[in-house]
Amino acid sequence: MTTRPQDPVAERVRQLLAEIGRIVTRPWAVMEVCGGQTHALVRSGLDEMLPQGVEMIHGPGCPVCVTPTVTIDTAIALARLPQVTLCSFGDMLRVPGSREDLFAVRAGGGDVRVVYSPLDAVQLARRHPERQVVFLAIGFETTAPATAQAAMLARRLRLENFSLLVAHVLVPPAVEAILRSPGTRVQAVLAAGHVCSVMGTSQYEPVAARWRVPIVVTGFEPVDLLEGIRRAVLQLEQGRHELENAYPRAVTDRGNEAAQQLLAEVFECCDRSWRGLGVIRRSGWRLTPAYRGLDAGERFGVAAAAEEPSSRCRSGEVLTGAIKPCGCAAFGGECTPRTPLGPTMVSSEGACAAYYHAGRRRVAVLPTG
Amino acid sequence: MSDSVPAHDVLQPACPLPLRERDRVTLGHGGGGILSAELIDEVFLTAFGNPLLERRGDACVLDLAAEIAVGGRLACTTDSYVVRPLFFPGGSIGDLAVNGTVNDLAMMAARPRYLTVGFILEEGFAIADLRRIAAALAAAASRAGVLVIAGDTKVVERGHGDGCYLNTTGLGVVPQGIELGPDRCLPGDVVLVSGPLGDHGMAIMAAREGFGFETEITSDTAPLHDLVATMLAVCPGVRMLRDPTRGGVAASLNEIATAAGYGIEIDEGSIPVRPAVAAACDLLGLDPLLVANEGRLLAIVPAAAADAVLACMRCHEHGGHATRIGRIVSDHPGLVVVRTTIGGRRVLPLPLGEQLPRIC
Repeated sequence: MTTRPQDPVAERVRQLLAEIGRIVTRPWAVMEVCGGQTHALVRSGLDEMLPQGVEMIHGPGCPVCVTPTVTIDTAIALARLPQVTLCSFGDMLRVPGSREDLFAVRAGGGDVRVVYSPLDAVQLARRHPERQVVFLAIGFETTAPATAQAAMLARRLRLENFSLLVAHVLVPPAVEAILRSPGTRVQAVLAAGHVCSVMGTSQYEPVAARWRVPIVVTGFEPVDLLEGIRRAVLQLEQGRHELENAYPRAVTDRGNEAAQQLLAEVFECCDRSWRGLGVIRRSGWRLTPAYRGLDAGERFGVAAAAEEPSSRCRSGEVLTGAIKPCGCAAFGGECTPRTPLGPTMVSSEGACAAYYHAGRRRVAVLPTG
Repeated sequence: MSDSVPAHDVLQPACPLPLRERDRVTLGHGGGGILSAELIDEVFLTAFGNPLLERRGDACVLDLAAEIAVGGRLACTTDSYVVRPLFFPGGSIGDLAVNGTVNDLAMMAARPRYLTVGFILEEGFAIADLRRIAAALAAAASRAGVLVIAGDTKVVERGHGDGCYLNTTGLGVVPQGIELGPDRCLPGDVVLVSGPLGDHGMAIMAAREGFGFETEITSDTAPLHDLVATMLAVCPGVRMLRDPTRGGVAASLNEIATAAGYGIEIDEGSIPVRPAVAAACDLLGLDPLLVANEGRLLAIVPAAAADAVLACMRCHEHGGHATRIGRIVSDHPGLVVVRTTIGGRRVLPLPLGEQLPRIC
């Protein structure tokens, strides 16, 4: 039995906050890339404890959030086929397509299932040779190795009833797209430790140099994040723009080379559309020619037409840091986790959902102290 | 049941399926004929027979004159149970169906007395499993001191149910002079919880098919009426009680804050969570405050009585890890605010829906 006492942590948090307060001499905007980082900040209340002048911008780092409508619509079209069992991660089922979500397809009789790993979907295909099992593969570099493993396993088992709808995306090209966008306010970047634990840190070195921004790799505990913020602010104050690894207990320069080999065998880079950000060059993965036989879209001849997202949804501006979730007129009223207009409200890791779940709209009524 | 089947059985229009079936539930078991009667005799009466039930009337007639004469009031509640899987570490649907309904009575300070049980069975369900469920139900009823006074069995076609669904209705008596409710809460009152949070929800999750790791987490399902009686004996002025089942503590606290018209402040560091539950929640991205419990209660008590109530809870088998987790405040009415371990604050909103379906 524990009551989660974290006094040493609280003490370290106080020290780091004080240290950042001493360093900072003018306003800086720092973007945390990953939804996990966003949630840790908002859940612990850390972003509101930061010294004045340090502003956090919540980046695009939720793969569910950035999956474009056309992919969801394709998944829905596949799930409607009578022979298809469509599997994906739980969050994905609530993401609205242009007309409905996968939950609605399931309620209407479609066979849609939640799995915890793509390998579970392969097992499902083995157990049900009479069904065509399709795995909707979403996620960043962190989840892609498991999809690659599933593809290799399915091929080794010669499963003819397993296929993939691949919507994997890559983080560094999206970070560059945000740094490149004309109105961007991002001055420093906190890169996500788990992505770097797979891909290594070296991929960020040219990004830091090209855009002259400090990039610090962090973990997901409050102290990890604060240490990252401290290093980023210190670089900004000193006019440096380097890549730093503040998460060495999990991340190395080269990353997980075994996982990278899996990825290289199964996937190749392609241009990919991100919800809220548009098409970003070489920011996605698709199956290599050797694995293209597993492509669900080709196997079933299903493709959905791209459709514009809701004009009332400003998730694109949230993703680039132009506005905070509360800055959108629809936030918390028309747009809630129950009735999401856009991707950042759908996923539990989306910036809008994080604000909503932390009661941020209502936080104004709290007394100070 | 005899081994030879009487000839007239095959003419029973209500029992269209093979009558020799002894291992599996058939449509005939719900048909009101001989198979139904055999099921009642062999499974249900064997498990929880008592003189009231054995009268086999269309309804059970209860005499509560003695309780009512001394100012007791009748409390009634009903709940349905659709948990999957039916058997899980720490209990089964049978335990839940008794404890869940007993606890709903207990949260109103009622002493649970009687229970009715409705079974909705799927054709093909194993009779052996039905016996296990009936035995668990009987044991839980006996532990809770309630009599099963009426029952019903229906069978649905294969594919139209998930093995076994239960419904229980509970009747209890609230003693004279005891009134619990959110309108009695006042700023300064203390929020207590009777034990570690999230055990039931995570035990169910761990027991589900395809879940890839082993845990020692077991459901906390337990009847809480005796714990409640102990608490009320020490402090008749307990403001209100709530069992944080679906939606977890987050849902219960929000309901209390809204109904009471005050705010609630919770200290994150004081929330009791077992390390295994905390680790599993972390891994799956769940919040223990939103995970269901089936043997825990939240109590709002006057600050002056908090220590005494806590002490008596900790001496009870179902309150050994009782803890003070927060307080009622006059600020931010209707909102639950968590003070985080690092000194930050966040609002704990009413959960949107289930983190996990069919947990009870």
